[in-house]
Formats: sequence, structure tokens, C-alpha cells
Amino acid sequence: MNAPTYNFAYLDEQTKRMIRRAILKAIAIPGYQVPFASREMPMPYGWGTGGVQVTAAILGVTDVLKVIDQGSDDTTNAISIRKFFEKTAGVAVTTSTLDATVIQTRHRIPEAPLHEKQVLVYQVPIPEPLRFLEPRETETRRMHALGEYGLMHVKLYEDIARFGHIATAYAYPVKVNARYVMDPSPTPKFDNPKMDNCPALQLFGAGREKRIYAIPPYTSVVSLDFEDHPFTRYKHDACCALCGAGESYLDEIVTDNAGSRMFVCSDTDFCETRQAEGHRGSESAPYAENRHA
Amino acid sequence: MTTIAEMPAGFADKVLSAQSTFRSVMDAMARPGSVQRIEAASGVPSPMMRGSAAIALTLFDQDTPVWLDAAMAATPNVAKWIKFHTSAPVIAGSSVCSFALIADARALPDFEEFSFGTGEYPDRSTTIILQVGSLTEGPAYELRGPGIDGVAILRASIDLPDLLDRLSLNAKLFPRGIDLVLVADDAVVAIPRTTRLTAKEG
Amino acid sequence: MYVAVKGGERAIENAHRLLAHERRGDRAVPEVSLSQISEQLSLGVDRVMTEGSLYDRELAALAIKQARGDMIEAIFLLRAFRATLPRFGASEPVDTSQMRVRRRISSTFKDMPGGQILGSTFDYTHRLLDPVLTEESMPEQPVLAEAQPAVMPRVTDILGRDGLIESSPAEDAEQPVGDLTRDALSFPAERDLRLQNLARADEGFLLSLGYSSQRGYGRNHPFAGEIRLGEVEVEFMAEDVGFAVPLGAITLTECQMVNQFKGTDTEAPSFTRGYGLAFGQSERKVMSMALVDRALRARELGEDVVAPSQDEEFVLSHSDNVQATGFVEHLKLPHYVDFQSELGLLRKLRKEFHDANSAPDAMKEAAE
Repeated sequence: MNAPTYNFAYLDEQTKRMIRRAILKAIAIPGYQVPFASREMPMPYGWGTGGVQVTAAILGVTDVLKVIDQGSDDTTNAISIRKFFEKTAGVAVTTSTLDATVIQTRHRIPEAPLHEKQVLVYQVPIPEPLRFLEPRETETRRMHALGEYGLMHVKLYEDIARFGHIATAYAYPVKVNARYVMDPSPTPKFDNPKMDNCPALQLFGAGREKRIYAIPPYTSVVSLDFEDHPFTRYKHDACCALCGAGESYLDEIVTDNAGSRMFVCSDTDFCETRQAEGHRGSESAPYAENRHA
Repeated sequence: MTTIAEMPAGFADKVLSAQSTFRSVMDAMARPGSVQRIEAASGVPSPMMRGSAAIALTLFDQDTPVWLDAAMAATPNVAKWIKFHTSAPVIAGSSVCSFALIADARALPDFEEFSFGTGEYPDRSTTIILQVGSLTEGPAYELRGPGIDGVAILRASIDLPDLLDRLSLNAKLFPRGIDLVLVADDAVVAIPRTTRLTAKEG
Repeated sequence: MYVAVKGGERAIENAHRLLAHERRGDRAVPEVSLSQISEQLSLGVDRVMTEGSLYDRELAALAIKQARGDMIEAIFLLRAFRATLPRFGASEPVDTSQMRVRRRISSTFKDMPGGQILGSTFDYTHRLLDPVLTEESMPEQPVLAEAQPAVMPRVTDILGRDGLIESSPAEDAEQPVGDLTRDALSFPAERDLRLQNLARADEGFLLSLGYSSQRGYGRNHPFAGEIRLGEVEVEFMAEDVGFAVPLGAITLTECQMVNQFKGTDTEAPSFTRGYGLAFGQSERKVMSMALVDRALRARELGEDVVAPSQDEEFVLSHSDNVQATGFVEHLKLPHYVDFQSELGLLRKLRKEFHDANSAPDAMKEAAE
């Protein structure tokens, strides 16, 4: 039997070259989705195979990797992907946003500002922002080529007519470098402003849909809106019960059957860092005790 | 005739050298005007430079047709080395090449001779690897665009008198266009199609 | 006091341990071997090899065992392994007219050169559960006959001699055969890529699409021109030695559908083709594939695209069960960040709705 042997960072060199070339073109054409011959990965499509392939193609021995899902380093899929790279690339891992050189994420952008020495890799399920308005690839590709985004504006405007607001809470479309309309992956729209003029390189990988796209550092990223209905961020009107933060994105935790609820930071590293600095929320235990719990 | 034994070597450590070279090129492309260094060592067939040899070993393969300028094609050394180490087809027509290797900037063909990609697939465009005299000395240029925090200054000795005109024409084609990678010895600077170049006054 | 949920790492480890335990089942029962799977669940192995795009019975059997009999999971395991294999090149096209045929049927001719060979099939079995198989049993030896040395021409070749069926497109050296595992599929996709996609496609998906075409959603009047099963030689052109080197034989099932005829002002009417090919004995798969292949030729043959089976983007984008299962099952992953964002928006919209409807004006209007 052919006993499987695997290369550094799992992918073979031929595949890495193909992905690397796609990444370079993606950076050169900000917001444009570059087709690439995505491979079957040892985790299912839809679970981060695009992000994993991008990470595997860029990762080197001196990198420090952080993986988050829903903002947390401790969600099962984040752990699973982090372990995969520890095993296949022997790379150093961290939960610290500040210390990481490569951060792979699903559904969130870290709260702490990113810096120039970092690459943020997004896992993307449906890279085409026009897909739910026009399911045909041949059509959406033509719209991007012509910069013809009327359909998207009509959709957003219909929301306003029906609900009084743009009814998109996540995967909120953006325009990159004043040219391509881009799907930011299903991050809450709270995170959209962090993409604009960001010092870090942002790479997006969609494995099942076979697309890679990018936002270079210091690039304009504008959330689509209307003059009379400007883009607004949304977060729960509360503070984190653990660290007291008032400006972070919060998860709602239902605490009993009577519907009681509390709110905690979605970004676990941000929350723990604040707690270590002495910040306290309404429900927090003394810090040391919490650590060992 | 060169035998395989006489041919300059590839990377000693293919995997890690390709990775570190790619990161230098990626950083160069992501931060136009910044000077990145190629650390990986390999054999270098004349007249290629260290940096362009490493880029070739990192990005070329059977899926990337490569075009050589007259200076690169003056002897069969470069073409043979590329075919042997990367399996990339070295082709005569520049219009369908993925990469163009240019040793003599003065003889660089018009950009129209290469591929700009299409409106639907602007990624199917040529990346020109242009060897230049220096990426630290020479006239100063101001660079603006994605990847640059305001303005970046590049001092470079690029023997291409109509560089700025060419780049401004290239900019008008966006999203189609040519991406440039400048190489001087082990130094690499990228000028993707989004970068706007002007001569720095004074 | 609230403590954030931790311990995902240990949960994963323990889950894997439990999974291995449940895969094994009752430890008092002998463990199933790869050769048992390969020999006695052979049609399952054939399906996993076909949709897994890798001809290796032993690895396919391993995948089925590891996947606890979940075929799509087994196909996924094989695909993921295949993606890591180095590629030396492509074989020469296999010649199914040279197949060592074990089974061959045609519904279009009562008899033809080489004859009908029923071979092993469920087709005329009465589907009655067989109590003999509840215990170990040894079936009778099969009846043997002399192998016929004659080459069996394909039924479509017989039709083709009289020009009654469109000719197969000739090989074009200038037009290399596409490979959707090497390049992302783009649309419109030509027949080489469509057939590759269909060969890897989920059998159930193709079965339903093919069935829908028979029921009138894009009807194309199919006849099963021929279905043949047997062994063909695979050859590889070795540049160094300058000739094709035999690599061995593989088992294939091929289906040639003969479909409704078509003619133009300049061409006499002739039957059209639908084609299916799969590893092992996979008759349902190749027949379904041939129906869908023909349906997808609507654009090329100038037919109106009116049914799902004719819609290239729809079919090719949704036929792969590894992709499909990944995206359906990814809904198990946490989505609470997005859900919270949606929840917040919904609460806001509901509050505005109630405020508007309980405003004095609204109440007054309601009263009128």
C-alpha cells in the first residue's frame, strides 16, 4: 500500500506555486477574485479549505500562527486548523493577536489593531458578493468586468424601502480601491471599518468556490451605502461581562431558561488581555481564579 | 554544449527557499516601492541576477510560459536552466507569456507586446521581471496607490527612459494591465498595475 | 460569576477516540478486513474509486472501512489522498473497443457482432432477501465458456459506419484536454471538462437529473446503444523510450446512449450521442452520466435550455458530493457571531415596527 507522506505545510510544491501566483495577481488587482485550482484538503469544503490553502502557501518556519473562529482561539475548528499546521509545518502558534505574523480567521477581524508585519487570512464560503442576486458565474463575471454594480444598489435600496434599513448584518459588501465590489466573508458588519486602510495584508481564500482575493495594506475599503442611509456599525448595547469593554463586538450568552442573558467579548484574546491588565466586568471572577478554572 | 553537471544548480532546499523567496515577492507586491531582499541561494545562469533566478525557481513551472528578451536569449544557458529546473516552456511569442525575463531594459518591448489579461480575467496577464542597475541608488520616484501609506520613495537606476509614460498608460487599462517586478542583484521591488509613479522633484 | 467555555482541544481528542471505538463496533465481532471489503462489497469499492477519481481497490476499501461505510466520506478520504500525489503525466486514451468484455448489452439491436453477453447483473434477480446469506455460504462455481478472441465493435461504431449517428469528435493535438483538478472550472465549459465533472459527480445527483430528463424536463429520447463492462489496458507514453509502455489493466464500465436525431440544412439527420464511463462495474452511474452528458449538449446542438439537466452551470457547480457535503455540513460550525449581528438587526426592526404601530397616529388610524 502507498503509505502517505506529506510535504512541509501539507501542500505539494506544484500546488503552492499555483496558489502563490494567484496570490500575487490578487494583490495586484485588489478585490478581484482570482480563480485557482483548489485542491481537496484533509478537512471538508466549507470548513476553511480556502484559508488553509492560502496559509499553507505563505507559511514559513519563522512565522507565528494564530487561528480564530468566531473571534475565539478555542473553538473546535480553530483548534483543529491550528493543530494541522503545528503538525504539518512545525510552526510556532500563539493566541496573541499582537505576536502573530499570520492570522487565519473565520467570521471575525481581531479587535486589536493589526500591524505591518502581519497577514490576515480569511476563510470564505461564497466569495461572490453578487451571487445571491445573480446565481450565474458568467453573468457576475461580466458585471465585475464592466464595474456594473447597479443590481447590488437596487438590493440595498429595496431593503431600505421594506425595513427602513439595509438588512445585511454580516458579509456586508464593500468596494475596494474604488473599483471592485467584494464580499468581506461573513464577518459582522461591525468589523468592516477595520479593513479600510489596514496596515496588514489581507488575503481571502475560498476553497470550494476556487477563488483567492486580496486587499493590499493601506487600501481604501468602503462599505456600500447611500448618502441618506449611511453605513453604521452594529454591536449589542452592552459592555463585556468579563473585561468591561464597551467598544468590542459581543457574544450573547443565554444564562438560564428564564431568558436571562449576558454579553462577553467575541475576541477571546482581546478580552483576556484586558483582564490581565486589570479590567473587570460585572460577572468576572478575580483574574487568577478565572485563569485556572 | 552545457551538460547537466555544468549547469548552475537550483535551490539547495527547494521547499524553504521557495517559501522565503515567495514571501519577499509577496511583500514587494503588497508594499510597492519597498525594497525586499532575496535570501535563498541558488546557481545563477548569466545574465540572470540572483533575485530573478530565485523568483524563477519559486514561481515558474509547466503551467507558466516564459519569454526571454534578446539579452537573456543570447546564449541557450538561461532557457536550458529554466527548462531543467522548472519545466516551464520558454516560448517565442511574448503575447501569451505568464512571465517575461528582461535583462536589457532599453530593449523592453512595448507593453502591448505582452498580455494585459481580459476584463473578465485580468489575472491572465504578464508579469515582467525586469533587471535594473540599482534599487537603492539613482533618480528618486514617488509611488502612490494600494499598499502604500501615503507616498513611498524609491531610488532606482532603471534604464528605461519612457518608464513613467508606460506606467501611466498601463494605469488607464485597469483592471487589465502589466505587473512589474524589478530586480537588482538580491533586491526586489514590485510595481503592480495599481501603483502610480511620478519623478520626485529636486 | 461566569467562566468562558474552554477545553475544545480535549473534546476533539475524546471525540476522535469515541469515533474509533464506534467504528470498531462490538469488539467480540471479528474485524472486517480490506480484502473482505474489496472482494465482497466490490460495487461500493467501484463507486468510491470512480467518484474519488483514483483507481486503487485497496485504498478505496480502506476508505470505506475508515468511513464506517459512509460512501461520501470514503470518497472524500480518497480524494484528499489523491490531491497529494505527484503527477507524472497523463496516460494514452484507453481504447474501449479493445476491451476484454465480461458483460455487454445493447437495447438497440437484437444481435450484433460479438453478441449480447449478460454477464453478472442484478437485472433479472428477484429482489427477495436471501436467507442463505445470513450464514456463511459458498455459492456454486460459475459456468465457463471459451473466451471469444474476436474484437467486439462498439454499437455506435456500427451505426457510425452508415453515418446514422454523429461521428465522435476527432482528437485535436492543438486542443489539449482540460483538467478541472488543475484549473478552476470556468463557464461555458466544453465537453471534455463536463465529462470529467460528470465522471466525478455524485451518482445519486446524476441519477435524479437523468431521470428528470426522461420524465420530460429536457427530454432527449435515449436508447441504451450499448453498455459494456470489462478490462482495458492503460498505456503511458514514456518520452525517454519513445513508445507507449503498458501500465496494467483496469476495469471500466462504458455506456453509449443513442439519442434523438438532428439535422440541418447542410447535414443529413443522424442520431446524437451521450457518453458515460466509470471505474469498475458502475452501470447506474454510467447510464445516468450519459443521459446528463447528452442533456448538457443542448447549447452545442442548438436546443433550448429549459430544464435543470441542460443547465451547465447548475449541473457542474452542484454535482460534486465532496463539495456539497462540506458546504451543507459546515452549517454545524459555529455561526454565532453572524447570528448575533442578525439578531441585533431583527430586534431593532421589530422594535421600530412596534413603536410605529403603537404611535398615537397609528392607533387613531386603526380606530377609524
